[in-house]
Amino acid sequence: MKNALCFLLALLPALAQAQTTAPDVLVKTITDEVTAMIKKDKDIQAGDTKKAAELIESKIVPHFNFTRMARLAMGRNWRSATPEQQKELASEFKTLLVRTYSTALTNYREQRIDYKPLRAKADDNEVTVKSDVKQSGSSQPVTIDYEMEKTDNGWKIYDVKVGGVSLVTTYRDTFASEVRDHGIDGLIKSLAAKNREPQGSKAGRS
Amino acid sequence: MLEVKRLCAALLLAGLLAGCATSGGNPADPLERVNRAVFAFNDGADKYMLTPVAKGYRAVLPGFLRTGISNFFSNLEDVWVSVNDLLQGKFQEGMEDITRVIFNSTFGIAGIFDFASDVGLPKRTEDFGQTLGWWGVGSGPYVVIPLLGPSTVRDGFGLLVDGRADLVYRGIDDVPLRNSVYATRAISNRANLLDASSVLEQAALDRYAFVRDAWLQRRRNLVYDGNPPRERDESDDEPTK
Repeated sequence: MKNALCFLLALLPALAQAQTTAPDVLVKTITDEVTAMIKKDKDIQAGDTKKAAELIESKIVPHFNFTRMARLAMGRNWRSATPEQQKELASEFKTLLVRTYSTALTNYREQRIDYKPLRAKADDNEVTVKSDVKQSGSSQPVTIDYEMEKTDNGWKIYDVKVGGVSLVTTYRDTFASEVRDHGIDGLIKSLAAKNREPQGSKAGRS
Repeated sequence: MLEVKRLCAALLLAGLLAGCATSGGNPADPLERVNRAVFAFNDGADKYMLTPVAKGYRAVLPGFLRTGISNFFSNLEDVWVSVNDLLQGKFQEGMEDITRVIFNSTFGIAGIFDFASDVGLPKRTEDFGQTLGWWGVGSGPYVVIPLLGPSTVRDGFGLLVDGRADLVYRGIDDVPLRNSVYATRAISNRANLLDASSVLEQAALDRYAFVRDAWLQRRRNLVYDGNPPRERDESDDEPTK
């Protein structure tokens, strides 16, 4: 018994390297880590979006596949974009999402997150991690679903659905009409312009 | 009642204009030009009237009181939520939501505390528009209703029925009092969304299109109770390599 335990313990580091973290565990770990950091950070709570963006860049961005997100938001137009344009689109879209998310983080309030049991087979390459977020002060929980794909570098998120609203598809029509009216470069330009706008203070322009 | 008449007029007008509006982008939004105008009007009304009041409300009232007020209205609404559960043949959900009302009206002191959520009966969202959707009624064109915001022809009709079933409407005969209760509810609801609007401001390239596309997805998701069938066009999602 004791020997078996020692053997297992010795094996643990090797296992950790060989196996990627399960998708639901990954989402939970990131969320716990980030919320713990916000709770400690008075600047972010006071509306420092720049600091929130840094936190997102270091902790959250590595777990997203922004190229796939941009591709999904572009729909059919993705294929008519040159590799150079695709790269720019993914990068501007990433900046937009990071800025949006940082605004949301400064509004962070105490919340409880329940993760629903993951429904996936061991060899699935795509899964949905579902969670219910309950904020203090409002009675209705909001569902947040993460669409994830397995890659060589672990699981990556390629869409987030809040209350059934997909972050990616919500941009689809805007992107399509921008491309129709001003071409792909026009879309890249307006994304870049949006990303250069000064970011609102905590209260924002509501 | 006036509210209802106004809504009818708006829907009728929207229907009439459908003939002459030009179709821009989203096929679900043939009335885009009219809708954009109403959206801009609503935006102005929200920015200069409702939002300042909601901010004041949030600044003046302590959090527990705001939660209490919000819960109180939510509890009244749950009665109609249960009816809609039953209209959709969801008996278990209907019983759970009726139980919510009973628990919260008694232990939760007239609904001020959402006690039921703490014992595993979370709040649901149902309304008559969803009931129609559940029975297979298509949403029809997207319509932005003056002062009420995003809707569709189906959900606009649903709102008429919701308005008639509303306990505030049925329970209070004194019109000035009823209107003050309506106003309080609107402010309370708006105050709950103040944070969301600053996020929206940051997220959207085109606020009109963003709100429309998010709202349509949200309604679709609600009709299917969180599990809508996949709509994705697979050709849009080919691997990069």
